[in-house]
Amino acid sequence: MGNIRVVEGSEAVALAVKACRPHVISAYPISPQTHIVEGLARMVADGDISAEYVKVESEFSAASVLAGAAAAGSRSYTASSSQGLLLMTEVLYASAGMRLPFVITAVNRSISAPINIQVDHQDSMSLRDAGLIQFYVESVQEAYDMHLAAFKIAEDPDIMLPVMVCMDGWVLTHSYERVQFVDQQAVDDFLPPFAPEHHLDPATPKTWGSYAESDVMMEFKYAIHKAMTEGKPRIQAILRDVSALTGRDNSGLIEAYRIDGAEIILVALGSVTGTVKDAVDELRDAGKKVGLLKIRCYRPFPHEEIWQAVKDANVIAVMDASFSMGSEGSIGLDLKAKLFGRPQAPMVVDFVAGLGGREINARTIHRLVARAEEIHSSGLVLPESEWVDLDPTIVS
Amino acid sequence: MTVKKETPDESLFVSGHRACHGCGMALGVRHILEATGKDVILVSPTGCLETFTSPYGLSPWRVPWIHHVFENAPAVASGVVAALRFQGRDHTRVVAIGGDGATFDIGFGALSGMLERGDDVLYICVDNGAYMNTGGQRSAATPAWAATTTDPAGRQSMGKAEMKKNLPEIVAAHGIPYVATASIAYLRDLKKKIKKAMTYHGPRYIQIDTPCPSGWSFPSHLTLEIGRLGVNSGLVPLFEKENGEITATRKIKRKIPVADYLKKQKRYRHLFASERGRLEIEKIQALADGHIEKYGLLSVA
Amino acid sequence: MKLTKGAVVEGGTSLNYKTGTWRDQRPEIDQELCNHCGICRDVCPDDAVHVNDDRYEIDYDFCKGCGICAYECKADAIQILPEEK
Repeated sequence: MGNIRVVEGSEAVALAVKACRPHVISAYPISPQTHIVEGLARMVADGDISAEYVKVESEFSAASVLAGAAAAGSRSYTASSSQGLLLMTEVLYASAGMRLPFVITAVNRSISAPINIQVDHQDSMSLRDAGLIQFYVESVQEAYDMHLAAFKIAEDPDIMLPVMVCMDGWVLTHSYERVQFVDQQAVDDFLPPFAPEHHLDPATPKTWGSYAESDVMMEFKYAIHKAMTEGKPRIQAILRDVSALTGRDNSGLIEAYRIDGAEIILVALGSVTGTVKDAVDELRDAGKKVGLLKIRCYRPFPHEEIWQAVKDANVIAVMDASFSMGSEGSIGLDLKAKLFGRPQAPMVVDFVAGLGGREINARTIHRLVARAEEIHSSGLVLPESEWVDLDPTIVS
Repeated sequence: MTVKKETPDESLFVSGHRACHGCGMALGVRHILEATGKDVILVSPTGCLETFTSPYGLSPWRVPWIHHVFENAPAVASGVVAALRFQGRDHTRVVAIGGDGATFDIGFGALSGMLERGDDVLYICVDNGAYMNTGGQRSAATPAWAATTTDPAGRQSMGKAEMKKNLPEIVAAHGIPYVATASIAYLRDLKKKIKKAMTYHGPRYIQIDTPCPSGWSFPSHLTLEIGRLGVNSGLVPLFEKENGEITATRKIKRKIPVADYLKKQKRYRHLFASERGRLEIEKIQALADGHIEKYGLLSVA
Repeated sequence: MKLTKGAVVEGGTSLNYKTGTWRDQRPEIDQELCNHCGICRDVCPDDAVHVNDDRYEIDYDFCKGCGICAYECKADAIQILPEEK
């Protein structure tokens, strides 16, 4: 196994990206991802990485550079957050539609307005329809490991889609953690050079970005969905290969923590899952049958894996750090849709917590679990999500 | 008599595309590719050119061509260039060809970014003076006084009030090696400019006046004639700027009054329908005269 | 036929779409008057004028009948006639 160092989360990601030998990196700053692109800039300045580093004038162009580079046959990468990720929306949809693979680190941060630079998942969740593969990581180590997997998944010939690795802003990017690195040789053996079936080349002139009439548009779009859903085994196989590389098992599309016999299962993603695990341990010690379902791969949505894990529980308490205004929390919507109609499916209660970086600690989770039990006992299906720790007296 | 000039063995922009009858842009693109040769990668934004060349499965492009979205051709081109540079494919050149809507308006930021970075991209704007693909809405490239669907002439309007954005000068202000304006009315001149641009490295910009029979409303056989009138009135000045200095201008041998150019196009017809309109024509004449003076366009008598 | 991945297609395939059906007028080259200057070939937006052994010919599969060739021909060698459907 490779060496262990204490590094800032952003630095770990930059080192993972470096190890994957991208050809093209585009860079535009936005808190809290900026340390990642700055770390890569230092590596370029010192000649430690031989990538072309393109300093763009907006995130729209940051993603566009990746699309052009990928079409030309080069592995490419950028990082963004919040407003920057939303600005890329059109480019990401188009790139998924044109099956252009690249990797973006989505350093999660809330969305204006009001402007707030703390963590929630509204930014990446707003992009979940676009045809990107999305992962959420719990720790800096997991961020490092997932970036190693991300390029291989994106470039898989049967997948060929952009991959977004989501990591909580500040909480992970700006904290220092003990990270175990993988030797460059091992990464090189694991990740061969990008070799797409087509690339822009005068020797084989092709036309990219056609328009499709109504008679074929649905089939083109379905092909993206199919690549994602049928790609699940391939994604898992690559994650298993990374696990073999690292010695850490991050190979599940989900991670089940103390699920056995759980009556109440919390569903969460991102760095809060670490806190949830602590809370689950405390609750278990107190005799409560609670567990955590951590979703690692959010798109494609691992509904079958989730069902197998939760089907014997009484109630699922979803922790949503993003919300679809006028409806419900994002994960709540996905989960309820997929569990609806399943035989004796557990009740799902959707909790909205942590927007704009509002603290979620173990006590919050204890309260949340108690509330879930209360709702389950009442037998009433709630028409609305529960907004945790909301102060309604100041809402105008 | 034998054919006077070289013609390519195999066309790089073939028939079967869906440009309107007499499309100046299609004509321009044929000659752009004759001048660049086939070792190019093309990037186009959304627009007329993209739409008439890319119905699924029916492409006239015999060079690699990519359309991504509307705003980002310059940035996509930057990405392609970066990839080629990394891969050591230096001989393949990147050429972006986009319309005025994409270039003057929605992609302006991306264009400026590409120019500022010094990326080795030849950006060619095929300028038909409006969002013609969607029916002729105004862009920043629409000449003042032209009527468009979003700037129609009416009882209280003489068409577009704002002056055409002087994009060649804005582009030149980025300090790039080569900027030129050209017209499909003068194909040899156009090809010469493309070829010269290809000898430079770094960002280069060529803006081509591409008359549009559908959008400007004139009979489709007059495309080059309208182009000539525009140039010879002074309204469409043709020049080259290399490293910040004007190095060449196309002289007007016989200056024509702007009215001769305007009257042939329905987009200016409102100017001939009233006394007020005729006064506006005088302002257009002043504009043309201003170009002639600024760029020294009249041949020495 | 299966769609391509990402709608990427071969170039030059527009030759399968015969735009000649768009015509309502057609150009005809008088070979006697033609002086082989090549202008008609240069000015066709649709690349529908070809040279075969120094003989200029209109490709009626693709000619849209815009009339530019006839207008620009310096030898008055191209006539525009109504298209018979």
